[in-house]
Amino acid sequence: MSAAGTKGWSRQQMADRLAAEFGDGWIVNLGVGIPTLCSNTDLGGRDVVFHSENGVVGYGPALPEGQEDPHLVNAGGQNVSLRPGAAIVHHADSFAIIRSGRIDATVMGAYEVSASGDFANWKVAANAKGGGIGGAMDLAACARRVFLLLEHTTRRGAPRLVRRCALPVTARRVVTLVATNYGLFEPEGEGFRIKELAPGLTPDEVGAATGAPLAA
Amino acid sequence: MPKNKLVAGFAEAVAGIPDGATIAFGGFAGPGTPFNLIRALLAQGARNLTCVSNTTGGAHQPRMPDIGMLVENGQVRKVVCSFTAATRPTDVLPFARFLEAGQVEAELVPQGTLAERLRAAGSGIPAFYTPTGVGTEIAEGRETRVFNGREHLLEHALPVDYAFLRAWQADEAGNLRFRLSQRNFNPVMAMAARTVVVEVEEDVLPVGAMDPDAVHTPGIFVHRLVRVPPPPEGLWPARRAERAR
Repeated sequence: MSAAGTKGWSRQQMADRLAAEFGDGWIVNLGVGIPTLCSNTDLGGRDVVFHSENGVVGYGPALPEGQEDPHLVNAGGQNVSLRPGAAIVHHADSFAIIRSGRIDATVMGAYEVSASGDFANWKVAANAKGGGIGGAMDLAACARRVFLLLEHTTRRGAPRLVRRCALPVTARRVVTLVATNYGLFEPEGEGFRIKELAPGLTPDEVGAATGAPLAA
Repeated sequence: MPKNKLVAGFAEAVAGIPDGATIAFGGFAGPGTPFNLIRALLAQGARNLTCVSNTTGGAHQPRMPDIGMLVENGQVRKVVCSFTAATRPTDVLPFARFLEAGQVEAELVPQGTLAERLRAAGSGIPAFYTPTGVGTEIAEGRETRVFNGREHLLEHALPVDYAFLRAWQADEAGNLRFRLSQRNFNPVMAMAARTVVVEVEEDVLPVGAMDPDAVHTPGIFVHRLVRVPPPPEGLWPARRAERAR
């Protein structure tokens, strides 16, 4: 899966590592794609409420086939379960929760993230006619922390951690933490700081796959 | 005694929708989507429509009636959605080729802004400011204002002529109740619309049979109700048979 072959984290390991940053009592919004894997993570007794943009507050893992409730999906359309204490609200209230700053962390996928904390995840090309914003712009602008989960490079090996985003951005100067298959990184303005490297990777290897300066 | 809002079938429910109407469609990833009303609108044939919904649909199989089908049927002038393309570059929505060919116009709106524009329209609020979208392509050339040291984007209310919704329970007065994530956009779309048409999953209750405290959308917002027949006549999301009650 990763460009470094056997080196680095799997997608579930990336999600697990990022979820280790969730604080006890946090309200966390998980986006579509790799972020949904955070709902599988063993949180070791920490109480985290997962919020889904479609008004589900307090959902749990996806249910196995045959046990799904067709009236209940998360943002990715998965038939999920509800945890005890869950609540349902309508869409405007769901985004009121987001816009009023009550989401402690939003976890999203992205195509690119810049050293200044901008990121892009709604258009696959700068000249694309359509786009998929969904709740990403609301979450990015208003959550207390913006965490990203993405592969460190594209399939062609181009860096996704860059000095400046080439794609239209979702929000500017908001990203607090980035987990990739190569490790955990923090945007620091001019470059990224390595918070942790995935096993088997050296700073030089990761630096070569990163489009912005990398500091230990 | 309130008027009984139940109509006989889907053709009656969508009767009189004129060309050029703006229609909001409830639903999010399946639950709360008025599949039967969309199918009836495909048959009814109103054209030059503006369709407001979270997505244009078509991302999942088996495909259910969606906005993309109305586009394919030549009935749509414009869509207002938070997704006009799939988020995975490898997924291409059926809608995409109509957009690429310029056969339909699209207004892409952040999802929370879409919900709030509908809520505002239904609340007598003509416009509002939001931090969402500031510094992005969608804010280019638009009015912003600084509040509490932070830039905000002006957004206008989004009133609609019709809302097509799907609810779990209703009474003859049009009081509605949704089940779990079926609620999504439905209550705010009901508020934003002049005429609200609802397909209902359970038998419509007599007036007085619904607990007032259990009503999610009051009947004063609702005009026409139609009962969804059991499958195969009525369209239901998959796995209804295993639905946990």
